[in-house]
Amino acid sequence: MAARGRKKGTGNVARSADSASRGNGGERVAVAKTYKLYIDGRFPRSESGRYYRLERQPPGKASSRNGGELIANPCRASRKDFRDAVVAARTALTGWSSSNAYLRGQVVYRAAEMLEGRREQFVEELVLQGVPRAAAADEVRASIDRLVYYAGWADKYQQVFSSVNPVSTPHFNFSVLEPMGVVAIVAPESSGLLGLVSNIAPAVAGGNTCVVLASQTLPLSAVSFAEVLQASDFPGGVVNILTGLREELLDQFASHMDVNAVVLCEGDADAARKTQQLAADNIKRVVLRPAAAWDDAAAQSPYHIGDTQEVKTTWHPIGG
Amino acid sequence: MARPDTKLDFQTEWQYAPAPETTDHVRIDPQYGLYIGGEFVAPRSGEYFDTINPAKEKKLARIAKADRGDVDRAVKAARRAYENVWSKMKPAERGKYLYRIARTLLERAREFSAIESLDGGKPIRESRDVDIPLAAAHFFYYAGWADKLEYAFPGRRAAPLGVAGQIIPWNFPLLMAAWKIAPALACGNTVVLKPAETTPLTALKLAELMRDVDLPPGVVNIVTGAGETGAALVEHPDVDKIAFTGSTEVGRIIQRALAGTRKHYTLELGGKAANIIFADAAIDQAVEGIVNGIFFNQGHVCCAGSRLFVQEAIAETVIARLKDRMETLIVGDPLDKNTDIGAINSAAQLEKIEEYLRIGKAEGAEVYQSSARLPESGFFCRPTIFTGVSQSNRVVQEEIFGPVLSIQTFRTFQEALDKANNTPYGLSGGVWTDKGAKIFKMTRALRAGVVWANTFNKFDPSSPFGGYKESGMGREGGLHGLSAYVELH
Repeated sequence: MAARGRKKGTGNVARSADSASRGNGGERVAVAKTYKLYIDGRFPRSESGRYYRLERQPPGKASSRNGGELIANPCRASRKDFRDAVVAARTALTGWSSSNAYLRGQVVYRAAEMLEGRREQFVEELVLQGVPRAAAADEVRASIDRLVYYAGWADKYQQVFSSVNPVSTPHFNFSVLEPMGVVAIVAPESSGLLGLVSNIAPAVAGGNTCVVLASQTLPLSAVSFAEVLQASDFPGGVVNILTGLREELLDQFASHMDVNAVVLCEGDADAARKTQQLAADNIKRVVLRPAAAWDDAAAQSPYHIGDTQEVKTTWHPIGG
Repeated sequence: MARPDTKLDFQTEWQYAPAPETTDHVRIDPQYGLYIGGEFVAPRSGEYFDTINPAKEKKLARIAKADRGDVDRAVKAARRAYENVWSKMKPAERGKYLYRIARTLLERAREFSAIESLDGGKPIRESRDVDIPLAAAHFFYYAGWADKLEYAFPGRRAAPLGVAGQIIPWNFPLLMAAWKIAPALACGNTVVLKPAETTPLTALKLAELMRDVDLPPGVVNIVTGAGETGAALVEHPDVDKIAFTGSTEVGRIIQRALAGTRKHYTLELGGKAANIIFADAAIDQAVEGIVNGIFFNQGHVCCAGSRLFVQEAIAETVIARLKDRMETLIVGDPLDKNTDIGAINSAAQLEKIEEYLRIGKAEGAEVYQSSARLPESGFFCRPTIFTGVSQSNRVVQEEIFGPVLSIQTFRTFQEALDKANNTPYGLSGGVWTDKGAKIFKMTRALRAGVVWANTFNKFDPSSPFGGYKESGMGREGGLHGLSAYVELH
């Protein structure tokens, strides 16, 4: 721990609850939490051994890397971590994409249940990262409700968006939605929990697996959300969450040849252009989700599930 | 399994009398301008290029070459038509224009069929029975959507995008024009279309037709030319949407070129479809499916079943019957109604195919070609199969776009599936078996946008078409094809 350079006396989220009692004789010392990556259902540190400093900011201002009191040392994921996560996501895809829709709905719903039970932890963590308490409480509530929303869609969007096609020849012909595959998601910078959940949920409810880059300035909720996922019967590898520097990893997310789609949230014009250019290497689908009010009703939609779905059409003759 | 002695000898005992489609009803002008703002205009550069009949290597007409300035004129005409006319028209009235196009196209179907075969080299049987009727059906299908879009997108309101730039290939010239124009217009967009440089004639005849049915000027504009004309269209700042059908290589260039712009795009790109024959398949039907899968339209089909996988137990039988069937295929004059395989579209394409034949042999594959007599002039290629190939052979991995099939065998379901999906492409696939459960297991697991079970190469306006992975993005046809031309609010 000392190697990480954590300043003595600064409390991280796990310590803060007990901080008032620290130093008094006989009182216990709080146990600090190590924020790690989430790859293939496990919580490794970055293979690179690197971290970045996350520092406390005045309430209402997002935490940053410089100038404040240290609150955590999130992993600074490397390209190799990303590649490992893609392998995990690709491996998990066969099982998850062919699991039945009812099951996927229940697993996503289970995540809502787990999050509900940990509301206080998530509120505290958001507050620690500079989100005002009332807003933090709203964000956690909205995140739970968003999971419930997409849990409900898991076994319905196919019926809304599929079709039986009245072809002129004697064939039975139908079109259904299938997941695109491995989706790389650059989560919103502005919303550490709700923005993250709003982009993971439609992808996985639709049978994709994903690799997610958490908000760089609000990363702690993402790591804790990984714990929620792990406790929710999500098979390892279905959701993989990295923390790190967006400018360092964006190119990898866009260019990796075994990623089928990239979702770029709150990217500026340069990031959007770069992503599109690199995505062309393997004709990756690019979904741009600009800065949004993630708590708005418009931020949830079955069309967001459709963004990472392919249409498959099947023909069979009708005859003896 | 013993080889049944049912082989028919079409080469000696059974001679077909020539059955040429007449062309006296066909009108091809010696020269065509660009169709901009409802009239044919000369290109600013004054430059023209020839379009030829690939079966005779003879010039059919001179075609205007559109430069950047011409493309700009076309986009401006499309923008004016969008702002002033098309976006203001009642949707039901838009639909009625599309119905007019569909009906008039059927009236002129015979002329369009002959021109399609003359300009592109495809057998008249296919132009007459597939390309032209399907093109008309496409207009008819999307005509009806024009005033019903609120039912296509539950919970949302669909708005047109504006001006659509559309670039189409030479393998199904009129059909691809219909696939692009019909949904675009139905959704309220206007169009600038660039046909392929080797097959511009039916698009220009369609322009005449649209003028004849009083489609408002500028709603559809047609600019002819080669790659540079297409690039000018892709890069034009006032185009709202690019729809492209062509190679993955060019698709990549287009996706890069559109990076950072606000333009919407859909891409229909290459393919290398697996056609999987299980031992319990109806073998004669499967052989017909293999032939239709790879030799339809000279194999100039992005969804062609160019990788055949046959289960080991029946491989010998299937290959023997396939060779027998290949012997019966008539390669020759596209205008002859008995012709099965017409002319290769261009000298360049024939060279590409022949290069792959050399590559296949050099890689150690065993090659078999039918003994079909080829005409003395024109670009022709005998139906060809490669056996003794493995997954890493270039003729297995790369799109040849000709009548060339690679054949591999498999033992288990999983082996067939793994090999089938082991490609960067994902446009189409085929599976042949009499077991229903096996069909659904395979059709679900194939990573491809169109899957034919116990059939192959079927198309319909109501049936969405488009690829997974590097075969492109977006769908054309059907309800899902509307998404490419609307913005949802």
